[in-house]
Amino acid sequence: MSGFRTLRMSEVSRRFGTTTALDRLDLTIEGGEFVALLGPSGCGKSTALNCLAGLLPLTGGGIWLDDERIDGLPPEKRGFGMVFQNYALFPHLTVRKNVGFGLAIRGVPKPELTRRVDEALALVELADQAAKLPGRLSGGQQQRVAIARAIVIRPRLVLMDEPLSNLDAKLRLQMRTEIRRLHQSLGLTTVYVTHDQEEALALADRIVVLRGGVVEQIGTPEEVYAQPRNTYVAGFMGYRNLLELPVTGREGGRVTLAEPGLRLTGVARDRSAGATAVAAIRPDDFTAGRGAANPLTVTVEVAEFHGRETAVEGVTESGRVVHVRVPERVRPGEKIELSVPPDRVLVFGDGDHPPRPGAAGAG
Amino acid sequence: MAAEGAARLGMRHRLAERGIDRVLLLLVPAVLVVAALFLYPMLYGVGLSLQPRAGGGPFANYLAFFRDSYQSGTIWKTMRLALPAALINVGASVPIAYRLRGRFRGRRLLTAILVLPVTLGTVLVADGLLRYLGPKGWFNRVLLDLHLVDEPVRLIYNYWGVLFSLLITGFPFAFLLVLSYMSGIDPTLERAAATLGAGPWRRVRHVTLPLLAPGLATTFILAFVLAFSVFPSANLVGEPANETRVMAIAAYQAAFEKYDYSMASTIAVLMGVAELLVVALVLVWRGRFYTGTTGGKGS
Amino acid sequence: MTVPTLRSGGWRRPYAWIVWGGVAFFLVNLAALILSVVVDSFAVSWFGTWLPSAFTTRWYADAWQEFGLSDVLQVTLLVALAVVGLALLLGVPAAYALARRDFAGKRLVTLLLLLPVLLPPITYGIPLATVLYKFQLAGTMSGVIAANLVPALPFVVLVMTPFIEQIDTNVESAARMCGARTRQVFTRVLVPLLVPGILAAGILVLVRTVAMFELTFLVSGPDSQTLIVALYSAAFTPGIRAAQAIDAMAVVYTLLSSALLVLALMFVNPTQIVAQVKEVAPE
Repeated sequence: MSGFRTLRMSEVSRRFGTTTALDRLDLTIEGGEFVALLGPSGCGKSTALNCLAGLLPLTGGGIWLDDERIDGLPPEKRGFGMVFQNYALFPHLTVRKNVGFGLAIRGVPKPELTRRVDEALALVELADQAAKLPGRLSGGQQQRVAIARAIVIRPRLVLMDEPLSNLDAKLRLQMRTEIRRLHQSLGLTTVYVTHDQEEALALADRIVVLRGGVVEQIGTPEEVYAQPRNTYVAGFMGYRNLLELPVTGREGGRVTLAEPGLRLTGVARDRSAGATAVAAIRPDDFTAGRGAANPLTVTVEVAEFHGRETAVEGVTESGRVVHVRVPERVRPGEKIELSVPPDRVLVFGDGDHPPRPGAAGAG
Repeated sequence: MAAEGAARLGMRHRLAERGIDRVLLLLVPAVLVVAALFLYPMLYGVGLSLQPRAGGGPFANYLAFFRDSYQSGTIWKTMRLALPAALINVGASVPIAYRLRGRFRGRRLLTAILVLPVTLGTVLVADGLLRYLGPKGWFNRVLLDLHLVDEPVRLIYNYWGVLFSLLITGFPFAFLLVLSYMSGIDPTLERAAATLGAGPWRRVRHVTLPLLAPGLATTFILAFVLAFSVFPSANLVGEPANETRVMAIAAYQAAFEKYDYSMASTIAVLMGVAELLVVALVLVWRGRFYTGTTGGKGS
Repeated sequence: MTVPTLRSGGWRRPYAWIVWGGVAFFLVNLAALILSVVVDSFAVSWFGTWLPSAFTTRWYADAWQEFGLSDVLQVTLLVALAVVGLALLLGVPAAYALARRDFAGKRLVTLLLLLPVLLPPITYGIPLATVLYKFQLAGTMSGVIAANLVPALPFVVLVMTPFIEQIDTNVESAARMCGARTRQVFTRVLVPLLVPGILAAGILVLVRTVAMFELTFLVSGPDSQTLIVALYSAAFTPGIRAAQAIDAMAVVYTLLSSALLVLALMFVNPTQIVAQVKEVAPE
């Protein structure tokens, strides 16, 4: 059903006046694949999606579908389906007419149109809402109408622009599962834009991490999660502690960083040999109690109760702020003993900095 | 072939960067019509004004206009009517719109009644003024019967008649705009000021009025533009030979009584310049105010 | 939602009374002014008394026949509807381009469209009349329609632009992604969504064109006069027609245009007009 073998974006660029929203993006997508474009607002992910859709003309590069060059085609001739962040349903048409819009434009005969709209509505479990206007539906229902509208035309490619970000937390999880189920059953090639790394990890076959219009890493969810290529990707993947420390020793693949009161040994993630390096650690990779590897003492400053665990912001003996999660209830002012396995400490010498909100360009 | 394709592609990329695409073609018919029916005649008029019928250099008409006090006086006569009319209409609208900004019964009806005079048309207003304010009209009768005056007050066929006519036809328009701007101001701002200890007068003075000022400037401009072309009422209820001989009358007389289209165009150009000068001054004044969102739904 | 309003101290009471008093004074005088015209239009004759001695409706019949009112009304409606149609046809697409695109020279185009709204009609009406005379269009219906299009077309663009800006661009993109071409995006999505705005702009242009005196006066001939011009000519050459007949005609005009305004107010919320005014103000 996917209709093509590969979609190739080659050096796709988009400038707005002097700002570059997307800089020479190279990406090849296999038919049937689910690819997530991940990054904070302004990283160029929505620009990339709109260029792919044809809603935004390129200012450089090209897009090929197998051997056909498509970046000169207007969006209506590309045969893609798109789901928008704010649903973008036609407010003056009923749910049925919304879903059937693309088929009506294509001149699909009435009986077939009715059958396919019914199928699509059944797929998103909205058959009983068909006669309503979109304004009368809840956010989750509206988003399901938008999905039905996008897939009913049997698109060669489905584009999704942060489809879940307008929903509340509970609905978001539910819809996420539905999108994954739809992809598994229909096998539609999908490009999905999000700023939420959990969403990307849960849904995608492959993740593209973007920053300032430039690709930082492309990989499977497992790769990006466990082996971020730099501190930017690490920061985005939940490595909340990014500690820049002096390097005191290197041995094989291991690097030791230390300052008075703090000593960490971790896995080197690149070949740099600078005097300082950044240790990236997830809050939940700390274990309670003084272990043999990487022991440290943290004074609790803020403690948030999260049910099964407590999220702590504390200070090390050397005065560094760290974020950790511990199973027991702790109080501000308490001192807690922690350790962290060396293979959970990623050391980057790239001198790169953690993501700064709003620092990237337009887009 | 390939080179041509690449060139077209490069062109498309460059155009995309400048935001130019086929959507802009939709603009073309309207721009052409306005250019043909407005820009071309205007330029033609300017050209005509520089070719005086009597000869004597391109600026002879302009010089003649300013040398002849009967002609140049029309600028002052027009301003003397249009400026107070616009000021009074905007000024009177503010307190009324302020009282009407909340929700209460009859608000819609009262608004409609205040707006409806827009439809009266200059002739009915002129006719009505002649009858109502005339020496034997109801207004003077009431004054005479109440012994407030000894003889009828003269309010028509002079400056006052024209001013009244401008007030009646211009007020509804100014009021509607001021009311719209007023309802665009978030009422919680005034309540916030109240919680900070500002009394009613200071709330109006320091919160409402500054937010309203840009809207008032715009309203003033539009009310002024409306009042500036006082052609029919100046003829019907004014003294078109003397006290209310406004620029529009001078231009009309030059064109259709003396058939001097060159002079008529000169006066028309000067009329536009005089009006845009006032508009520009108001815009400069307006530029000094905060012109962002006023927080309300109407903005 | 009920919002508690700020209640104020005693000082505001006298202030409120002054405001309402002023409004009442204005309205009473206005009503008397209108009434004196209406009374006169029904009077056999009225000189120097509180009320005329006898009433008649013959002035309306007179006005209808002598002024050829049915012809004049026909011309008025024809001109007004043609102007509305043309202004909408040309103005809505232009407003769309202005609302949706940023391009070099946009300020220049906006200025070009603002000037006819900002300048008094006489200033461009006189040169326009001379140009139309040159092309032998003055005095014809086409000339009158063309002249009235000058302020009407920019007015439509200025009123429609904010209406179009209110429509989410994603809705259009969604239509395109569903396969709709530009024309289909307009006919199936934009126009249905813009109906309130198009009605508002259309009726406002209708009201303005019916009331537009200067331009029609400058370019019309005997067969292409609209009601307001016929009315002015009658009023400006007193003695030829009975004053009461002119009053009768003025009453007919007012009834026509207030009917249009009431119609307009049914579609336009007065607070919507502010959006249009914001566009009118050049930055």
